Amino acid sequence: MPPVFKHRLLPAALILPEVVVVVIFFIWPSGKALLEAFRQSNAFGLGARFSGLANFGSALHGGYLQAVEVTATFTAITTLVSMGISLFLAVQVESTGRLRPVYRTLFIWTYAVPGAIGAALWLFLFEPKVGPGARALEALGVHWNFALSGTQAFALVCALTIWQQSAYNFVFFSAGLQSIPDAVVEAATMDGAGPVTRFWKVVFPLLGPTVLFVTVSDVLAALFGSFAVIDVISQGGPGGSTTTLVYMLYRDGFQNGDVGLAGAESMLLFVLAGALLVVQFKVFNRRVHYR
Amino acid sequence: MAVAAAAISMGIATAACGSPTKTSAAAAAPAPAPGHTVDLNVWTAFSGSLGTAFDHLVSQFNASQSQYRVTAVYKGSYSQVLSDTIAAFKAHAAPDISQIFDAGTATIMDSAGSYVPVYKLMSEYKIPFSTGSFIGGAASYYETSGDQLDSMPFNSSTPVLYYNKAELQAAGISTPPTTWSELESDASVLAAHGQKCALSSSGAYVMWTDMEEFSTWNGYPYANHQNGYTGIKGMQLKINSAPIVDHLALLGRLASKGEYIWNGVSTSTVPLFTNGTCAMYEQSSASLNTIEAAAKFPFGVAELPVVAGDKAAPQNTVVGGASLWVMSGAPAVHYRGDAEFLHFLMSAQSQAYWASNTGYVPVTPAGSSLLSSQGFYSSHPNDLVAVKELTNKAPTADSRGIRLGYLPEVRQVEASAIAAVLSGKQSAAAAVSSAETQGNTILAQFASQYGG
Repeated sequence: MPPVFKHRLLPAALILPEVVVVVIFFIWPSGKALLEAFRQSNAFGLGARFSGLANFGSALHGGYLQAVEVTATFTAITTLVSMGISLFLAVQVESTGRLRPVYRTLFIWTYAVPGAIGAALWLFLFEPKVGPGARALEALGVHWNFALSGTQAFALVCALTIWQQSAYNFVFFSAGLQSIPDAVVEAATMDGAGPVTRFWKVVFPLLGPTVLFVTVSDVLAALFGSFAVIDVISQGGPGGSTTTLVYMLYRDGFQNGDVGLAGAESMLLFVLAGALLVVQFKVFNRRVHYR
Repeated sequence: MAVAAAAISMGIATAACGSPTKTSAAAAAPAPAPGHTVDLNVWTAFSGSLGTAFDHLVSQFNASQSQYRVTAVYKGSYSQVLSDTIAAFKAHAAPDISQIFDAGTATIMDSAGSYVPVYKLMSEYKIPFSTGSFIGGAASYYETSGDQLDSMPFNSSTPVLYYNKAELQAAGISTPPTTWSELESDASVLAAHGQKCALSSSGAYVMWTDMEEFSTWNGYPYANHQNGYTGIKGMQLKINSAPIVDHLALLGRLASKGEYIWNGVSTSTVPLFTNGTCAMYEQSSASLNTIEAAAKFPFGVAELPVVAGDKAAPQNTVVGGASLWVMSGAPAVHYRGDAEFLHFLMSAQSQAYWASNTGYVPVTPAGSSLLSSQGFYSSHPNDLVAVKELTNKAPTADSRGIRLGYLPEVRQVEASAIAAVLSGKQSAAAAVSSAETQGNTILAQFASQYGG
């Protein structure tokens, strides 16, 4: 087959805008972060010098392990629970009749609420002693004060993230369910499979690609997108109980002005996230069947 | 791969370009050409009534001469002013003067080249200026190890003990407690009279009132190297000491009975005092006007309690608040204006106006005596307590101030420890010991970056 473009300059010109954006917003900053990870300077960027692995040593010290644990727990809980909830809701909504579009809108709209605004709303609802949510919990006998209790702050941040992420997942599960041909499900019914068997043996395996996509999106959202929620609700506290790796990076780099340390932390996070995704794709690719 | 890029770009903006050092001190520059006005930008964290009072001073200065026009820009919280100043400096767009809070002092002071030392600037322009023209607690907090002021002390306050006269009287307590053990027994008396909460402390700055100021007021060292004044290398906290552990244990005991309330660094505790929930309140003297406006009951201001049986106590408290730093890298013609503006702010009149309208203390003795001669302190005795605490005794090596790199980060660690003690999660001894270890890691990181 002959090449589509005979000219050499035209294809280059066509991809140029994309290349420029990627270089300016991804490659250059990434390079900067990599460079800073191996340098130390004062907060104002003066007196920079090569410092070898010193920043990595400092990064792995102190609160890093706690932050890894918080991040892992947070990612696992929010991903599994929000996927469970949204898949359940999507299946229920698909089996409704004329009201289906109404339900769909109701379950999707929370994704349109920006993280910071959702967090401010929840902060108001769960303000200790004042918010209606907080008073309801007090009435149930929970001594609610997430400003002092790490467990409660963590639970609040998880719940809020799940609330938002479920809506996103719902969109994809709904679409995934619609693309499953009725004939397959009907054939299973003819063969005598009940609703539960039909779901687990027929529908769920066919949702494989959607499940993979949603898992990857949720893990990334938990790893990188949790910043706004945490910043508004708990600022990483109390006692580091809601300090995820990304929040730690923000605090060290932007609040504490330690660019080298933040650079090292972003490199570690990059390696960690990259490794996690490779594993995810390997595991899922063995089980996912693309039609 | 977008994922990879996203991961790394989280770290980007932290890594803005390292700017080359500019000519730091301004060699005495001429005044601007006649008819030409030079604009000077001052970045502050003053909002609300503080902003109004500061703007008043700025417009007075602008009206007093025609060569310079100062604009005060509100940049948000103290830490935002610091991080914005750093980002702007790296982008070669620093303000002329920036207000840097107490805890950020070491960060900027040790970043030589980012600022023009105020004492040098003043001598450059032949403006009378000396460390001795400021009150003890303020001068000592911001001076270098060579007793010079790199920045000009400005809004300065110190924690005091506010007490609800009605509630104390109802419990038969005639005077506020002067020692912590007295405070603990008063708390039981108050509880017996139905006043459950006896005490609260500053929300965001409990580690300032109950660890930093607690140390200087009672004469205990807070860190080695004279609290960081004489060195960066080998800096170690000394907070894991019997007095501080005992003090947090006392707060923990009170908290377990509901007699002490503090709800984390992001929850303001002012309402707990002004709505009568807690009978006493350790808070900055700068909150005096706010409390006066909100409290519907007679209240008094007393000196902070001391540790019973401690012969050195009370020593002196140090200031909290901020000082003004002249940033380097501005056109030469700006620096005379910076010097004149700072000189205007330290005048007795400006200080008297500022103190009487805000609750901050005058940072110069001249300012205090002007207020005294105007009869301000006889009509406002509550305003005098902070001045008395700051000037109680000449500062010792351990009570000059706290000069730690990454002090804001150390404070986060301390706040976590306090939260752990108050929620009963950890004993005071365990919490303070782990805070000291974590704090020392932070100091070591600062030393490796700044210690050369």
